[in-house]
Amino acid sequence: MDQLLNDFSPGLFLMQAVILIILILLMKKFAWKPILNSLDEREQGIQGALEAAEKARLEMKNLQADNEKALQEARVERDAMLKDARDIRTKMIAEAEEDAKAQASKIITQAQEAIAAEKRAAVAELKSQVAALSLEIAEKVVKDELSDKKKQMQYVEKMLQDATLN
Amino acid sequence: MKISSLRIHFLAVISFLLIGSFASAQEHDVAEHHGGGAVDTQEEITEYTNHHLKDAHDFHLFSYTDAAGERQHVGFSLPVIVWSSNGLVSFMSSEFHHDTDGEVIVEANGSRFVNLHEHIYELEEGAEAVVMDEEHHPINAHKVFDISITKSVFGIILVGLLLLFWFGSLGRQYKKKNIPTGFGRALEPLVIYVRDEIARPNIGEFKYKKYMSFLLTVFFFIWVSNLLGMTPFGFNITGQIAVTVCLALFTFVIVQFSGNKDYWKHIFWMPDVPVIMKIILIPIELLGILTKPFSLLIRLFANITAGHVVVMGLIALTITLREQFGAVGSTGLSLVLTLFISLIEILVAFLQAFIFTMLSALFIGMAVAEHDHHHEHDAEGHEIDDVEDVRESFV
Repeated sequence: MDQLLNDFSPGLFLMQAVILIILILLMKKFAWKPILNSLDEREQGIQGALEAAEKARLEMKNLQADNEKALQEARVERDAMLKDARDIRTKMIAEAEEDAKAQASKIITQAQEAIAAEKRAAVAELKSQVAALSLEIAEKVVKDELSDKKKQMQYVEKMLQDATLN
Repeated sequence: MKISSLRIHFLAVISFLLIGSFASAQEHDVAEHHGGGAVDTQEEITEYTNHHLKDAHDFHLFSYTDAAGERQHVGFSLPVIVWSSNGLVSFMSSEFHHDTDGEVIVEANGSRFVNLHEHIYELEEGAEAVVMDEEHHPINAHKVFDISITKSVFGIILVGLLLLFWFGSLGRQYKKKNIPTGFGRALEPLVIYVRDEIARPNIGEFKYKKYMSFLLTVFFFIWVSNLLGMTPFGFNITGQIAVTVCLALFTFVIVQFSGNKDYWKHIFWMPDVPVIMKIILIPIELLGILTKPFSLLIRLFANITAGHVVVMGLIALTITLREQFGAVGSTGLSLVLTLFISLIEILVAFLQAFIFTMLSALFIGMAVAEHDHHHEHDAEGHEIDDVEDVRESFV
């Protein structure tokens, strides 16, 4: 202990203290601060990058799920649309058929009516012409018949005979 | 480009310093001591070892006896700066001519100084030579406040410059790139190690940042100093009690100034114990404040000193075992054992830096910890020790 105390040099102690303080301050300014700051920055950068990657992965997953969902929805929608279209088509065809049928029957009716009218007109015409022709023939016949007395008598006779038969 | 040119510049300065000093320091010894300087006997080995363990006022690498029979010392002198009765005095240590026995008297600024076992003494008025009492303490000279650039101070400055250079260039690298290259790539994990294994777990996630500068500087200072002690330059920085006292005192001061209310409460009015125990615990806790840094300073000093003593003792085997094993045998044995111990010492160099920093962080952590005194109880009502308690009982 005595030896230790004898060896203890206050001067060396002072020098060591002064140099150590200066060294700590210099090292802090020129070495430890930039080094530790850069290490922190780098570690935070790595941490940030890892977190961002994880986030991107999750987003990607969400996006895929969204895509899948959208696809599913689109498929359902397409099916619905197709069904609608099919229904509309069927309905339109049915309607058209109905319309056509109605139209056709109407036309037929009209045609029948027209034919009937024409027929009536034609019959009337025919009747009048037949009447005229008959009159003419009758006139000629009568004229001819009545030109001969004998024949007139015969005709009357015949007529009378017929009349009695009746 | 800038870094590499700077490095060359730095190396140039260092080598210029060394080479230039060697050249100027090749001078012959005036005071022929130790019978020509050879180290042969057990006493001389012990003295040589003790001399190495002590701080020195000049940078001495090795000595040899030249053809003319004169003792040559290779090394360089360092400035001696002392606070004498006539104020601040400064001269080069070469004026002592490598004398450490108080024989050479240097006169400067009206005061006369001697170097007695690497302590600078100022002679009293009228004294012509150092007179010793029977316990080898000088009676006509007194110690002066010695702030010389001693070998250890030189080493401290060298370590400081090395740290500034290495970590400064690492710090600069981050301006240009994210991942350091070259030597910085080896340094960066060490910084991360101190932060993640020493500071964070012991001080806590939210408070450790404030103490990082101190812990990092002390860790690398002790480690590099320890390693420098392994080199043949013969530094023994962390084996100087003044240096370890200073380092431990820094920890002590930081701990006391960081202590929160809980810390002081645990010292002066320990919670959860009877009043009598509270009173008994006060002096024990007060003593604990002092023993913590004391254990720090003694542990570091003793480990490094022991390492140096063992290495020097094993090197000395080449002399002490020469009679039994012959020159080749003793040298070979010494070489193998020294190599083995040196490997362990390299481990110890790191270990002591780690332990010092680790315990400093631990003490700081204990001072800033937020204690929770509602201890958890398990099913049987026994207290479950929380981490703090385990840690405290461990220390």
